[in-house]
Amino acid sequence: MDLYQQRASNIRRTWALVLGFVVVVMAVGYAISWYYGDPAIIVIAAAIAIATNFYAYWSSDRLVLSLNHARPASRQEFFDFYTVTENLAMTAGLPMPKLYVVDDPAPNAFATGRDEAHAVVAATTGLLAMMSRSELEGVIAHELSHIKNNDILLMTVAVVLAGFIALVADIFLRMSFWGGGRRDDSGKGNALFVVLAIVGIILAPLAAKLIQLAISRRREFLADASSALLTRYPEGLASALEKLGSYTAPMRSANLATAHLFIGDPFGASASGGKGSSGWMGKLFSTHPPIPDRIKALLAPQA
Amino acid sequence: MSTTTIVLLALVAIIVLWVVFAFNRLVLLTNRAKEAWADIAVQLKRRYDLIPNLVETVKGYAAHESSAFENVTKARAAAMGASSSMPGSTADKVQAENQLSGALKTLFAVSEAYPDLKANQNFLQLQQELGDTEDKIQAARRFYNTTVMALNTTIQSFPGNIIASLFGFSLMDLFELAESDKAANEPVKVQF
Repeated sequence: MDLYQQRASNIRRTWALVLGFVVVVMAVGYAISWYYGDPAIIVIAAAIAIATNFYAYWSSDRLVLSLNHARPASRQEFFDFYTVTENLAMTAGLPMPKLYVVDDPAPNAFATGRDEAHAVVAATTGLLAMMSRSELEGVIAHELSHIKNNDILLMTVAVVLAGFIALVADIFLRMSFWGGGRRDDSGKGNALFVVLAIVGIILAPLAAKLIQLAISRRREFLADASSALLTRYPEGLASALEKLGSYTAPMRSANLATAHLFIGDPFGASASGGKGSSGWMGKLFSTHPPIPDRIKALLAPQA
Repeated sequence: MSTTTIVLLALVAIIVLWVVFAFNRLVLLTNRAKEAWADIAVQLKRRYDLIPNLVETVKGYAAHESSAFENVTKARAAAMGASSSMPGSTADKVQAENQLSGALKTLFAVSEAYPDLKANQNFLQLQQELGDTEDKIQAARRFYNTTVMALNTTIQSFPGNIIASLFGFSLMDLFELAESDKAANEPVKVQF
């Protein structure tokens, strides 16, 4: 598969995942409404899920920066970082994002912001020291691709959907425990339905989380392909990923809530890409695909 | 109104809407490509503005390399004078810019022989800025090519090609190095 085909394939698979997600959400919603004969739970859960995540999405630039103790990067101090980003933004037709630096020896970079006009790109001092200019170009192009492909919005939607399911399941289980509000029905057929609904509700948050993580991984592959199409030099990013993969210590400010925004898993390469996680369980529960897979996808078209 | 009439009217409405959307899309793509072309000129101007400063700095250390200076100054004047109104008539402009790039490369190559010059802060900064300007010119050209590709693909594909030929939208040229453009394709010659 060449890079264009990879890009198209990643977009298609994202849509398939999102569709599956929406189906799960609707099934959960339907089951709950039917069980209680009342949509109130759905409405409340949806309102909470949207409200809590909307604020995070809208101020994503400020929130993530303060979480990671980032400081603004000037052109004088970080000439390469600044000019690489400026030039790549021109090539991509994006407005210049605000640049920040995080003081941390672990190499990593992230992009955030609710849209192109409010975009932020940050890199750790470790990354800026470790990468050559063409490797840095690959990394920055990857981050700019996240902005261009609207991944921040997409992941917020995924988190809202997953949060909705988790809330619904939580409320349902609490209400069942305290024995409230169930529609009065009798008959064996209904009992089976009830059991299925309960099992479904317990498993639903897990399924939702897995789908959310699958979407995150798919978008990482897409950002890699978009980066290679932007720089026309996939070897740059591949080389950068190799360096990232060989640095195993976690970041000082590694955080579950923002892990998916980084180019490499901030909990350390062993979390996704090292020997321990090549098993399918490790792969399923990580926000990033394993680095060897990413490098293979980038370099395969040349082979 | 009979069903057939309603269906026919709906069909006509759909076709009219499609024509409007397709036409507007072609207008948007054409204007984007034109803007991208104008943006290249913005980056070229950056280079013109940096060059006099560079020439003065180098003269301070290598005053007798007169041919190198003359070439750069002449090439700069020629490039600034070449018209760049719209692609198609810009082969001259492209060639003039490539000649300027070549003259600059020669000037930097000549500077290699003067260690005092190479240590000069001003010179180093100018070298860095000019290097970045070359990158920016390249970025602007690549973005221009992206917009032209989008426009050309829409004009050539079906059913967009119907609208394009109906209303006279034409293909635009990609920014390419011509086969005959020797100045850019050959390595820089340095003689002492």
